[in-house]
Amino acid sequence: MTRFIERHPAWALILLIAVAVMLWLILAVWPPGLEEAIGRKRVFLNAVFNGITLGSLYFLVASGFTLIFGLMRNVNLAHGSLYLFGGYIGYAISTWTGSWVLGFIVAFLGVALLGVVLQIVVFRRMEGQDLRQTMVTIGLSIVFADLMLWVFGGDFYQIQTPNWLVGPIELPLVTAVKSSGEAVYLRYPMVRLVIFVAAVVIGIAMWLALNRTRVGMMVRAGVDDRDMLAATGVPIQLVFVAVFALGAGLAGVAGVVGGTFQSLSPGEDTRFLLASLVVVIVGGMGSIPGAALGALIIGLAEQLGSVYIPTYAIVVTFLIMVLVLALRPQGLLARR
Amino acid sequence: MFKSCAGAVALGSLLLSGAALAQEKIKVGVTATLEGTYTVLGEDGIRGHQTAINVLGKKVGDKEIEFIIASTDATPDSAVRAVRKLIEQDKVQILLSPLSGDEGIAVKNFAKTKPELTFINAASGAQETTYVDPAPNFFRYNMDGAQWQVGLGKYAYETKKYRKIATVGDDYSFIYTQVFGLVLEFCGAGGQVTNRQWVPLGTKDFASVIAALPDDVDAIYLGLGGADAVNFLNQYQQAGGKARLMGGSIMVDQTILSAKGNAKNALIGTIAASGQADTWEDPNWQKFVKAYQDAFPPAKRFPSPSLLATNYYGSTMALILALREVNGDLSNNQAKYREALSKIVLDAPNGKIKLDSNRQAIGTNFVTEVVDDGKGALFSKVVKVIPDVNQTLGYDPAVFAKIGLPSRTVPECKKY
Repeated sequence: MTRFIERHPAWALILLIAVAVMLWLILAVWPPGLEEAIGRKRVFLNAVFNGITLGSLYFLVASGFTLIFGLMRNVNLAHGSLYLFGGYIGYAISTWTGSWVLGFIVAFLGVALLGVVLQIVVFRRMEGQDLRQTMVTIGLSIVFADLMLWVFGGDFYQIQTPNWLVGPIELPLVTAVKSSGEAVYLRYPMVRLVIFVAAVVIGIAMWLALNRTRVGMMVRAGVDDRDMLAATGVPIQLVFVAVFALGAGLAGVAGVVGGTFQSLSPGEDTRFLLASLVVVIVGGMGSIPGAALGALIIGLAEQLGSVYIPTYAIVVTFLIMVLVLALRPQGLLARR
Repeated sequence: MFKSCAGAVALGSLLLSGAALAQEKIKVGVTATLEGTYTVLGEDGIRGHQTAINVLGKKVGDKEIEFIIASTDATPDSAVRAVRKLIEQDKVQILLSPLSGDEGIAVKNFAKTKPELTFINAASGAQETTYVDPAPNFFRYNMDGAQWQVGLGKYAYETKKYRKIATVGDDYSFIYTQVFGLVLEFCGAGGQVTNRQWVPLGTKDFASVIAALPDDVDAIYLGLGGADAVNFLNQYQQAGGKARLMGGSIMVDQTILSAKGNAKNALIGTIAASGQADTWEDPNWQKFVKAYQDAFPPAKRFPSPSLLATNYYGSTMALILALREVNGDLSNNQAKYREALSKIVLDAPNGKIKLDSNRQAIGTNFVTEVVDDGKGALFSKVVKVIPDVNQTLGYDPAVFAKIGLPSRTVPECKKY
C-alpha cells in the first residue's frame, strides 16, 4: 500500500478522493439539488448494494476459474457448465429435502467430484497443451449444455429461498428525511446480504488458505514455477486435482446462489462463463484479489449502468474490459 | 453382367422413387425460440403447432406436408439465419416464422427478397411488421402487441380506478407495441403514465430496476416475458415489493404462471390483456385446451396452452386449411395459395380471425385477471371479451398514422 502511494502519488490521491466521495454519497443525506440532478438516494444506494452483491456472485464463479487457470494454465471454458450443473443439483436437493443449506453442500461436493473426474480423465492427458485443452473444454461445455437440456428441459428453475431469508430488512443507512424530520432507512433484500457476507467469508478463507497454510504455499509455488515444485518432491498431480475440485465446487456453490436470487435455465452457462472471463481479464488472470476487484467493478458497472444509462448498460461492461486491455493488458492486479 | 444390371435397376428405381417423393411432399419450415431467454415460449409454441397437426393431419389431397423445425434465440439475425438455412438447405416452400417481435420485422424484410415463397407469421407481434411497408408474401394470423392490449387501459381506469401508472418493459419492438396500445387507451381515458423504464432483453438482475420503481403510482405495468419475467418476480418478492401490478400479454401467460417456485404468486389479482384467456367458456377454446392437454403428458406441458401455443396453433391451422383449399397447388409462384390465405376466415380457438389489406389479423381480445385455482395453479380469468379488434385499434387510419410508430417514448401520454 505505502509502496503504491510512493510510486504513484497522483493515482493514490485520485483513488482517495473517489473513495471519499463514494462514502459521502452513501452516508450523507443528499441535498435537494443533488437529488434533482441524479435521482433519489434510495435508487443510488440500491444500485450500489446490488452491484456489490452481484459482484459477490461473479466472484464466486470467477475465483474458481482464475484459481484453475493460475495453477494449471488451463482455460476451462466448461466452467459455466459447472455453474449451471451446480445450480440444478442445488435445485433438486433443496426441493427434495426442503433444505437450502443442504443444497449448497451437495452442489459443492457433486460439482467438485465432476471436477476431479474431468481433471483425471481429460486434462491430465493433455497437460501443457493449451490449445487442445481449450478446444476440448468448448466441446465439453456444448455436450454438458445438451445433456442438461435433455434432463431438465428449457424451463426456468428457481431455488426456493428459506422463509427466514425472504423479504427486506432495514439497514442503518438514511435514504431520505421526511418533512416531519423522521429518517427513512434503506430497505434491502435479506437474501442478497447473506450471499454477500458468504462470498466475503469464502474470499477471506481462500486468501488465508493460500497465504497461511502449507497446501496454499504449494499452490502458490506451483503457480510461480510448476516444474520446480514437482522437482522438490511435491505430489503435484494431487495438488492439481485438489485445486480443480475446489474451483469446480465453488462454481457449483455459485450456481445455487444464482438459482436463488436469479433463475436457472439453458444459456445461463455461457452467460456466467462470459462474466467470469470478463472478470478475470479485468482483475488479472490467476489472481484471487484480482478476481474480487474485477467482480466488484463489473457488478457495480452493470447495476449502476442499468439505472443511470439503461440503454447502454450492456456496453459499459465491455468498455471497461477494452480499457483495461488497452491500458493494463495483464489485468489490474496481476503480478506479472 | 446380371449383377450390374440389377444394380442399375435398383439405382434407377431409387432415383424414380426419389422424384416421386419430392412431388408428394410439401416442405414447410418452422422457426421457434428454442434457445435463450424465450426458450420456454418457443417450446410451447411448438406444442401448439404439434397440436394443430394432431387435430388437422398432415395430408393435403394426395400430398403430405413435411415440417422442418429450426431454432432461434429471439434476435433478428438468428431468425434470418434460421430462415435462410430452411430455404437454402432444406428447400422449404412455405415458412411458419417467427416467434418474437424483432425477429418478425427482420423476417418480413427478408421475405421481400424471396417473392416466390410464402411466409406465415408464427407468433411475433411487433406493429411495424405488417403496418410499415408490408411484404406481399407475409401473412399474420395473430394480432399485434397493441391489439393485444385493447381494453386494459379502460378497465384499469374505469373499473380499477387507477389514475397514475408506471411501466417496466423489455427494450424491443414487441413490448414497445404493447406499451403503445396500453398508453394510448389509458391516457385517452384520462390516466397518466409517469415513467417508462426499459431493460435489455435477457436482463437477469432486476434489483436496481425494482429499487427505481416509483412509489407514488397506483399500479406498475410489467411488459416482460420468459426468463426476464421470472427473474423480475423473484427479485421483486425478495425486495418485499407490494405494489399493484398490471401485465402484458407474455407476462400474464402460462409461460410465467406455471413457472416453478412461488414468486409468481405476486401476480395473483394482476389485471392484463391478451389474445386469449385461460378460463374462457367458449366451446372452441375448451376443445383446443383439451386437444393440447391430451397431446402431451402433464409434466411436458403447461396446465393450459400459453399465448404462444395458441398463436402457433392458429398459424399452422391457416397454413394447412389454405393449402387444402387450393389442393396443394403451389404453381405460379404460389399465387393461388396466397389468394386463399388472404381470404380465409379462421375459426381459431381464440375467436374468429380474418385478415385486413396488409394481411394483418383482425381478431378478438381479452381482458383478464389472474386467479389461483385453489390447488396452487394460476390461470387468467376472463373479465371482458372485445371482438373485431383491428390494427388501428378503432382509430381513423389517418389519425392513427399521426401517432407515430411504437418506440420507447411514443405515444405521448395524451388523448389523440
